[in-house]
Amino acid sequence: MSGKRIKVVLAKPGLDGHDQGAKVVARALMDAGFEVIYTGLRQTPEQVARIALDEDADVIALSSMAGAHLPFCRKLQPLLERNGLADKLWMIGGNIPRQDHDALRALGFAGVFPTGAKLAEIVDYIRENAA
Amino acid sequence: MNDRIRPGPDAVVNESGIEVKPLYGAADVAASGGLDMVGQPGDYPYTRGIHPMMYRKRPWTMRQYTGFGNAADTNRRFKYLIANGQTGLNVAFDLPTQIGLDSDDPLAEGEVGRVGMAVDTLADFETAFEGIDLDAITVSLTVNGAAAILIAMYLAMAERRGYDVRKLRGTAQNDILKEFIGRGTWVFPVEPSVRLVGDTIEYCARHAPKYTPVSVCGYHIRESGATPAQEMAFAFCIAKAYADETIRRGLEIDEFAGRLSYNFNVFGNIFEQVAKFRAGRSLWAKIVKEHYGATDPQSMWLRMIAGGGGGGLTFEQPELNIVRGAYYALIAALSGAQTMALCCYDEAYTIPSEYAQRISLRTMQLLIEEMGLTDTVDPLGGSWYVETLTNQMRAKMEEVMADVEARGGIVKLVAEGAIQAQVSAQAYAMQRAIEEGRFPKVGVNRHRIDEEAPHVEFHPYREEDARAQIAGLDAVRAKRDAARARQALAQVRVDAQAGANVMPAIVEAVKAYASVGEITRELVGVYGRYREPIRF
Repeated sequence: MSGKRIKVVLAKPGLDGHDQGAKVVARALMDAGFEVIYTGLRQTPEQVARIALDEDADVIALSSMAGAHLPFCRKLQPLLERNGLADKLWMIGGNIPRQDHDALRALGFAGVFPTGAKLAEIVDYIRENAA
Repeated sequence: MNDRIRPGPDAVVNESGIEVKPLYGAADVAASGGLDMVGQPGDYPYTRGIHPMMYRKRPWTMRQYTGFGNAADTNRRFKYLIANGQTGLNVAFDLPTQIGLDSDDPLAEGEVGRVGMAVDTLADFETAFEGIDLDAITVSLTVNGAAAILIAMYLAMAERRGYDVRKLRGTAQNDILKEFIGRGTWVFPVEPSVRLVGDTIEYCARHAPKYTPVSVCGYHIRESGATPAQEMAFAFCIAKAYADETIRRGLEIDEFAGRLSYNFNVFGNIFEQVAKFRAGRSLWAKIVKEHYGATDPQSMWLRMIAGGGGGGLTFEQPELNIVRGAYYALIAALSGAQTMALCCYDEAYTIPSEYAQRISLRTMQLLIEEMGLTDTVDPLGGSWYVETLTNQMRAKMEEVMADVEARGGIVKLVAEGAIQAQVSAQAYAMQRAIEEGRFPKVGVNRHRIDEEAPHVEFHPYREEDARAQIAGLDAVRAKRDAARARQALAQVRVDAQAGANVMPAIVEAVKAYASVGEITRELVGVYGRYREPIRF
């Protein structure tokens, strides 16, 4: 790690406009000392991959509240891989039903933090897993 | 500035920052400003209610938020709710519709019909309201970014079915300023968005005078982190921005203020909530009368839907949300709401099931039919505690409004992202307080159970429905008079460029079966798109 600050790109995927949770998480990650690039709403898979690449992100995190997480992640996965971001930490949080967790992990979104997850759990997970 | 957290074992401070005493008496009422602002129900300043007889004459309208899949699916759920005694409809649209995208837009992929009903053209509205008597059941459209188009669609659909648009009632949410603060279904930049709201108010005042073109929402600002006092104060600032925009066009306040309405949130402390509504009613009346010089009493009425708020419900032990919903409905009834809706117990998980919707509806019916809530107007009026708190909440709201003015006004603050940053900082403080157990939440930071097996039925999402929606749109495009649609769309752009009211052209475009996405594209071509300020 050699003291480099962990850099997190936190994105709101698709058309979902519920950003209260994403902004709360962004503040918690900043307070934990991470560098946070919050994308704002309405990001396409192409935009998320592009920002993650340009920013040289250690962590690519999505916040999804309106149910479109699986189709979005299926499109994002090959883009992240093609851009050489497969070794970064991929995470997703929000309204993510339990029955979708395995599918998301299989796609490479190793950290799944559904409603009810605590800010400290998210912070600790990044500390332990972000390279 | 806001200490939303209990500062110590001896002091109790409510979310709006008002210290709550262990006991209240007449001296507290007097010290907080007395009873000058109370009045009688149906009389200025309407603290006790906007009608003399309130629910004794007519109980609140029950209007659950509903919509998913396509228009036919949603029509079936509407009829189910009406058959179960619901007295109004509140339509949920999918995200593509809400932000002005057609179902075949690449950006809409995976989102068509997911969180609401997909609407592309007038044909979808014809199906959605088929067999529903629009005089007997009023319809509220929960749409903002694309509101002008869907209001036009509703009026066109009703007219085609033989209703007199001049007598047609109904409501559109159409509060774009709050979308920039929370909820996020904006399309155009802030200033043309406010002008577009002005277009709808002006058009309805002249052509559909019984229609409510705007329901100003404190609800979502509260969900985004505002305190109850801020929720109302910010909503009043926003309503004033729309009123100023409309007056600028030469309308008198009494020509449109009577058709403005509000949407507020209900969760939190029972007494703070009831005081919030009583205080807000008198403050809005005072603003409309004293600031705008209205003389028609109806202009001064704060008409509202009070929604049992999602922000108060929990993912943990979701069945407790049924109980919370019952208390929220009780608060709304004690507060004199005209219309009520309750978030369902399963909404942290899924689109509500029929079963969950029915429980919410029955909750309101219980209050009306079993509990005596409709017998007496403003039953908490005269309580030393409630009257003191009502005065204090009104003073808080005035303080917040003065602060917004001093900082440059709500339109400027929203455009800069300042309000967004303010409420989001509060949401973060609240989340930390909940996680650290300083703000009690049953099932979350106390009385937890480790292994939860909630009784929730997940709403299915069917990809084939999206394909059917797109096929339907293709069929409408193939069948419509192409030249008429093209011409109508061109007129939308011409009027937008000229700075004219775009509603007449949108109504014509909708009648020519131009789609939501096509009309939005014309407007974006002139107004541009909003760019979100990222500010912490």
